[in-house]
Amino acid sequence: MKRPFLVLCTVLALLSSAAYAADDKKSARVPVPAFKTNIDKGDKCVEPTEVMRRDHMKFILHQRDKTMHEGIRTTRHSLTNCVDCHADTKTGSVLGKEGFCESCHAYAAVKIDCFECHSSSRQAGVTKDSATAAPSTVRALNIAQKKANEPAKGMNP
Amino acid sequence: MSINRRQFLGLSGAAIAATALAPGLRLIELAQARSPEEATTSLHRWGLLIDSSKCADGCTSCVSACADENGIQSHGRPATDAQWIRKVTLKDKQTGHVQTLPLMCQHCEHPPCVDVCPTGASFKRADGIVLVDKHICIGCRYCMMACPYKARSFIHEATTGQKQHAPRGMGTVESCTLCVHKVDRGDGSTACADACKKEGHQAILFGDLKDPDSEINKRLASQQSTQLRADLKLNTGVRYQGI
Repeated sequence: MKRPFLVLCTVLALLSSAAYAADDKKSARVPVPAFKTNIDKGDKCVEPTEVMRRDHMKFILHQRDKTMHEGIRTTRHSLTNCVDCHADTKTGSVLGKEGFCESCHAYAAVKIDCFECHSSSRQAGVTKDSATAAPSTVRALNIAQKKANEPAKGMNP
Repeated sequence: MSINRRQFLGLSGAAIAATALAPGLRLIELAQARSPEEATTSLHRWGLLIDSSKCADGCTSCVSACADENGIQSHGRPATDAQWIRKVTLKDKQTGHVQTLPLMCQHCEHPPCVDVCPTGASFKRADGIVLVDKHICIGCRYCMMACPYKARSFIHEATTGQKQHAPRGMGTVESCTLCVHKVDRGDGSTACADACKKEGHQAILFGDLKDPDSEINKRLASQQSTQLRADLKLNTGVRYQGI
C-alpha cells in the first residue's frame, strides 16, 4: 500500500513543479501594463493612485455628463487631462501596446470605448510645463505676462 | 470706537453709493465669460444672424472652416459624408434671381429632434444650443427624420484623427454644435463666422439673443429678418436676412 502512495505523491509533486515552470514562462509572455506618466509631474495624479486605479471610470463618467449637459469644463477629471499627462512620449498616444490606457485594459480584459470617438493623442502644444496648469490658468498667466511686458516696453527710451 | 457726525455721513454716503452701483456691477459680471466651473444658464441664448445678400456665390469658406475646426473628414462619398453646414442655392424661377446661403442646425427653442429622441441623447442646453450626447445616442436616426432643415448627419464609418474638443464616432448622429467649445471658452464667435469675416463678406454674425446690448440683438431689433419655416413655430436661434 505504501509504495503506490509514494509514487502518487512523487507524480503530483512533479506535475505541480511543471505547472509552476509553465506559469513562469507564461508570465513573461503576458505583457504587464505600462504604468507610467510621460509628462514628468512626479507620481502625483489628480487623486491618490489607489483611488484612481479603482475609480477612474467614475470620475470620467461624472465629468462627461457635467461637460456635455451643463458646459462645465474643469480639467481636473477630464479625459483630455488624462491623455495630456499619460500619452506616450514616442507615439503621443494612450493607445498601443505600450500605451497607458490600452496596456492595462488589455491586461484586465476590459473593453475601452472612449477612444472610438475621443482623441487618444496629446493636444498639440502641450508641454511639460503647460500640462501642469489648467488651460484657463495658462490664459490668465499669458495675459498677466503681456500686461507685465507692456509698461516695460513703454519705459524703454 | 466713536465716530463724529461728519464721519457718519461720509460712511452712509459710501454705503448708499455701493448699493446703487452693485446691480450694475452684477450686470457687467453676467455679460462676461463664465468660468469653467460654472454651468450654462438660460440668461444667454446663442444664435446666428445670416445675411444672404452678403453671402458670395461659390464661396465655401464657412463650410471648410467648420470642417477644420471640428475635424470633419470627407471619405469622398458626398451622399454619406457628414455635413454640419452646407451652402444652399435658391433660384426664383420667374425672375431667375439666384442667391446662396449657409444652412446648419437652426438651434430651435422647440427642437423636433429633441421631441423624438427615444434615449434623451438629443437635447437642448440651458443656453439654447441643441446637441447630441453621443454617449447615449443609439444611432436610430429619428432626429434626422424629424429635422425640417436636414441639419443632422449619421456617421457611417469608423473615424480617426478627431479633435480633442470635438469627439465623433461611428454609429452616432451629429450636427452643428454652434462651436460649443468656443462658446464655453468665451471666444464669442464661431469658426464659420470668423471665416466669413476673414473673407471680407461678414454674412454671419454670432451673438447672444438675450443680451440687449449685443450687436445681433440690435440688428434684429432694427432690421427685417426671417426664420426658416417660421410656420413650424420652432423659434429658431439662427435667423436670416435678404431672403
